[in-house]
Order: sequence, then structure tokens, then C-alpha cells
Amino acid sequence: MTDAANGQVPASTDASDRPDPLDFLPPDEPVHLLDPDGTYHPDPDHPIDLDDAALRELYRLMMVTRKVDREAINLQRQGQLGVYASCMGQEAAQIGSAYALGPDDWIFPSYRELGAALVRQVDAAGFLHLYRGTWLSDHDPYKHNFGLMSIPIGTQALHATGFAMGARLDGNPIVAMTYYGDGGTSEGDPHEAMTFAGVTKAPVIFFVQNNQYAISVPLAKQTAAPTLAHKAIGYGMPGYRVDGNDVLASYAVTRRAIDRAREGVGPAFIEAMTYRMEAHTTSDDPSRYRTQEELEEAAKTDPIVRMRNFLTKRDLYDSALEDAIEEQTKQVASEVRAGIYDAPHGDPMELFDHVYLDATNHFEDQVAQLRSELSQGGEV
Amino acid sequence: MPAADSTDTVDTIEDPVSTEVRTTTYAKAVAAALRTAMHADERVFMAGEDIGIYGGAFGVTDGLLQEFGEERIRDTPISEDAIVGMAVGAAITGTRPIVEMQFSDFVVNAMDPLVNQAAKLYFMYGGNVEVPMVLRLPGGGGTGAAAQHSQSLEAWFAHVPGLKVVAPSTVQDAHDLLLAALVDPNPVVVVEHKLLYKQEGALTPRATPEDSPAVIGEAAVVREGTDLTVVGYSLNTHKALDAAEELAAEGIDVEVVDLRTLRPLDTETVIESVCRTGKLLVTHEAPTAVGVGAEVVAAVAGSRAFDHLLAPIVRVCGRENPMPYAPALEAATIPQTADLVAAMRALAAEDV
Ligand SMILES: Cc1ncc(C[n+]2csc(CCOP(=O)(O)OP(=O)(O)O)c2C)c(N)n1
Repeated sequence: MTDAANGQVPASTDASDRPDPLDFLPPDEPVHLLDPDGTYHPDPDHPIDLDDAALRELYRLMMVTRKVDREAINLQRQGQLGVYASCMGQEAAQIGSAYALGPDDWIFPSYRELGAALVRQVDAAGFLHLYRGTWLSDHDPYKHNFGLMSIPIGTQALHATGFAMGARLDGNPIVAMTYYGDGGTSEGDPHEAMTFAGVTKAPVIFFVQNNQYAISVPLAKQTAAPTLAHKAIGYGMPGYRVDGNDVLASYAVTRRAIDRAREGVGPAFIEAMTYRMEAHTTSDDPSRYRTQEELEEAAKTDPIVRMRNFLTKRDLYDSALEDAIEEQTKQVASEVRAGIYDAPHGDPMELFDHVYLDATNHFEDQVAQLRSELSQGGEV
Repeated sequence: MPAADSTDTVDTIEDPVSTEVRTTTYAKAVAAALRTAMHADERVFMAGEDIGIYGGAFGVTDGLLQEFGEERIRDTPISEDAIVGMAVGAAITGTRPIVEMQFSDFVVNAMDPLVNQAAKLYFMYGGNVEVPMVLRLPGGGGTGAAAQHSQSLEAWFAHVPGLKVVAPSTVQDAHDLLLAALVDPNPVVVVEHKLLYKQEGALTPRATPEDSPAVIGEAAVVREGTDLTVVGYSLNTHKALDAAEELAAEGIDVEVVDLRTLRPLDTETVIESVCRTGKLLVTHEAPTAVGVGAEVVAAVAGSRAFDHLLAPIVRVCGRENPMPYAPALEAATIPQTADLVAAMRALAAEDV
């Protein structure tokens, strides 16, 4: 019997092609493998395929991230950086997820992903040059497959999707992962990116750190969805939810999504539940919109403490490791300080160097004018 | 909140409807206009990102949430497209939306509702639909905020038939032109330079929007002079005035015209001035090419002032590159007062 005979309009797609909605809905509770005291709960759906060295490495990366993050805040207070957006409290979400990528995979970040950058071995001082304002950025995305920090909210989700679609056309088995915040989920760009990714089955992971706030605006004013992960079903992809302060869970959930995307099954959306421990940026005053009590409550879920408790229980944490990490974080912090203090201030004659790939007559005039103004010692 | 109740309180700045003259900041003058409008007309409401408890990225809406509540001071989800598009719909139903972009740069995410809808619906509905909305855009550079937080995009909007664009430079104009924009039945874009927010000046607050004497489409001669005419708007009006002051010491007498409205442009005031001085310099922070200044220059060149020109017209505007982050490069991109002094001096010296 045809649809029409049924009194139904004909459909352009065979019903059997349609996915089972249940496959796309998030679990009731975020995936969680580590208790705050470090107790580990194995989960067959989310195996941890990491050896002892890798487990320690996750911890080390979180420690270095926190140290560099603190250093960046200090540098901003000294007037060395224009502004800085801290990732304190979000280290596990970022490091667990980025650690799950393969070496050729790509990251398209927002402005808060220092942790993910350090997993990709991006040079911390160079990364911070953007905030220093020496030059727009001396960050080379091809070196570590890590895109430029994205300032307009959500735009990077489209870049990641386009990149993943392009890689697919090239037969390149990479996965692209994009990071944005809970506020970013309201922008059109991520919606449209998810629509395209769903339709094309592009190997892209939309990793949202739900840190509870978009500047002053709490999640409840950002969405009426039961959870952010519930949004995924509308685009035809699974919405996963994970305890973002649990580095092992962040790793395992992302790993599963990446494997699935690489096999060609399609994109995935991950909502990592976390908390922004610092101000939105160094120019923000969070006391205007959240209480000290709330902050103290959130501090009890510190992702670094949790992982240290886990390593301790496993006999993987001792004073030798502690000292080595301490030594190393100090070293990185001093490199960052030096790298920022010594950074060039920018030569006005470079103004037009990167506007177009080819020089135009128009610019020749402007360069000449600028040179003459500078030679007159005028304030430019 | 009725006006008369608070006449005996001293804090006149907090009293929305006190019309007592005061010295205040540009930001507070905008806020006072918003409050006047909200008190005068229940249909007025605001929407934007972090405009509630946070008071807006530049503190302009500080305290408005407490005064008017969440229905009228709406913290929205982050979507500029939705904020502006929603305002278009709300304006059509008869409310008076005032929308704030957190930074003018992000209005690019809202170009369809603004350019394809707000600007054209009155025309496309044959006059049956009006879109009386106000869009406030904090723009401009000089704050060390780089390429995506520093642009001066006003020429984009001034180019679109159906939109009006104002760019107040003074505390009083910030107040009066915003009120005039609210009374105006068309969609009006208000360009606010971020560096102006803290500028202080005298304000005579208006009791109702209709009391605003400002006329959209009227420029002002803010300094009279005989040797040359300098045309600017927004922050650059102040730079032009500072430069004129400096040159006065050298005996150069500069006339400064503040455009105040970028569309419709008051070309007559400019032409009239150039007829008297015979020389024209145009300045704005937005990039030179295809900027509002080009329109001013074309208007003069095509007018009776052409016969009075004693020297080629000069533009001192932004350079043709995205705003760099580095302070030295940012300063080189934006026309500074010293650049104006040099260019004005050279123009004054042009042999006739
Ligand atoms: C298109 C755009 N609109 C507005 C802003 C201003 N802005 C910067 S950060 C921010 C909040 C973002 O919140 P969220 O997405 O939750 O990320 P988080 O900062 O918490 O990591 C806003 C509104 C922007 N940068 N880009």
C-alpha cells in the first residue's frame, strides 16, 4: 500500500533510513568514572585504554595548564597581556577530550582552550602573544593542527565542519573537533554547522564545555532544553553528556565519539559539565552575578584534585612525580614570562603585510604615506 | 515611578525624569535617555547580551534591570541574528525595541534582519508596516581589542536605503539623538564610540522623548572658523576640535562641522561652510575607502561649493587594514590628533 493510499503524504526518504531516536538521546546522568575521592568505576561502554604513563601524563598536563593559566592572569595584572580568558576548573574537560584525538586530527577552539592547546604541544608563550598584542598572532595552525583562537562566538564550529567535510572528500581519515561554550550553542553558526555535519556525516565532534555561564548569563537563560546534549537529536547525531571535571570520563566519551566519526558513522555532540572557576576574562567582575558560596561549592569538584586522588589510590602518585611536575611547571611558567616580556612590539611598517596576498597600488600609496608620517616623527 | 516624588532627593543623576542640568558621562547620558523613554512609554523595552544584572559590557544599562524588571530589560541567549530579528518582529507588532549589540562587530551576524528586513519592510509592504526600532552599536578602536572588537562599520548601514544612522559625539547629543531615534518611525542605528562612554559633559535631560530638540539629519557647526572646514563625527569630532585648538595658537582658524547624522546626511551645512572657507578636510576612524567621508566629499564636489574650493580636498581617515592588536600598530591605523594637526596645517598653507 502506498503512503497516499494510507492518507499520508509521500516521503522523500525511506523510513528505514531514519535513525532510531533513542540512539541519539543522552543518558540521564553524565558519564562519570571517577568520584571526587578518586574511586574509579569501570564502565564497559567507556573503557580506559591508557597505560600508567598516560594516566600520569593527563595529570601533568592539567597541572601545567593550571600553572600557565595562573601565570597568564598575573601577566595581565602586570599589564603584559591585554586580556586573558582563564580555563581554570575546565582542565579535565579540555585535556581529556583533546588527548583522545589522533596526531593528525584537528582542533578548532574558542578563546578559552589553553588546556587543549597544551595537549597539542602548542607553545604557551606564542599562544599568549595574541593577548599580548604584539602581533595579532604568531600561531601557526598547521604546526600542531590547532586553529586560531576564535573570538566571535561559535564561528569555529562551521570551520571544523567544513574542514571535516573537505578532509572526507580528500579521503583523509582525520577527525575535526571544535570547542565552544554553553552560550555558543545559542548562536546560529553552531546550529548550521550541526545541520551540515549531520547531513554529510562529516567526522566532526562538537565539544561544548557547559561551564554554567556565558559571561553573566546562566544556563537557564540560554536554553529551555532539558540538557544541551538533547539538542543533538535535532541534527541527527548523538548527544553525549559527560562529567567534565572527570578527566577519564572526558577522555573515554570523546574517544568513543571520535572512533565512531572516523569510521564514517557521523558527527557527535558532547556536553561536558564543568564550572568556570575564574572570571569570564580578566576584565570581568563575577561578583556581579554569582556568589562566593557558589564558587566555594564548585571548588569542591576540582578536576585536578580528583585525578591526584585517583593516581594516589593506584600508587601512581609519589613525591618523585610531585617534584618532577613542580619543577616542570615552574620551568614552563618562567618560559612563558620570558616569552611574553621579550615579545616584539610590532613594527607599523608591517601594517599592510597580511591584508592581501598580493600588493596593490593602493597599498603602495598608503605605505609611502605611513613612512613619511613616521619619518616626520609624528604620532601615528 | 512618578517624577515628582523624588524632587527632594539630591541624587539627580539617578532620577530618570529630573530635567536639572548636570555634568555627566556619555554613557550615563545614554542611560538617562533609555530611562526617560522607558518611563514615558510602556512599549519600550531593551534586548541584548548581558544587559541585565551585568549592566552591559560598558555599564550603560547598569541598574535598569532593577528599575524596569526582566520583561523590559531582556538578557537574551547569545544570537545577534535572533536579537535583531526579534526586534523587527516586535517593532511590527507595535512595541519599541531598543537593541544593544555587545560590540558593534557582532552586528555582522544580524545583517539579514537589519538590511534585508528592517530597512525594507516599510517599502515592501507599500507603507502598511513600520519598523520603529533602535539599534545601539558600541564600536571603534583605541581600546586594544583588535580586529574583531574594534570596527567602525557605520558606512555599511549608511549605504542601505531605509536605515537611518546617527553618530553622536557629545554627551547632550548622545541623549537627544537616542530620544529622537526612538520617536522616529524608521529603524535607526546609533553608532556609539566606546572611547566616548567615559567622556564628561553638560547634560540637560529631557522629560520625554518628544522633548528632544535633536533632529535626525542635522549637522552642527561646533566651532566657527574662516581658514578651512573640517568635517567629522563621533570620536573624531573631538580630535578635530583638539587639533583646531592647537592650530589656533598658530593663527590658523578652523571651522569644525559635526555631522551627527550619517544618513540622511546634512550636506547643506557642509557645503555652506566650504563656500565660506574654501577648503575641506574630512575625518573618521573607519577605513578611508568607500567610507562616509567619500559621500561628504562627493556632495561638496558636486555642489556650488566646487567653485569656492581653493585646494584639493583631504581625507584623514582610518588605514586600509584590519585593526591590529599591538598598541603601536593600532595607533598607526587610527587617525590621531597629531595627524589631523599636520594635515590641517598643510591644507591651511596650500597656496591659493
Ligand atoms: C558573535 C559574538 N557575540 C558576542 C560576543 C561577546 N561575548 C564574548 S564571550 C561571550 C560569552 C560566551 O559564553 P560561552 O559560549 O558560554 O563561553 P565561555 O565564555 O563561558 O567559555 C560573549 C557574549 C562575541 N565574542 N561574539
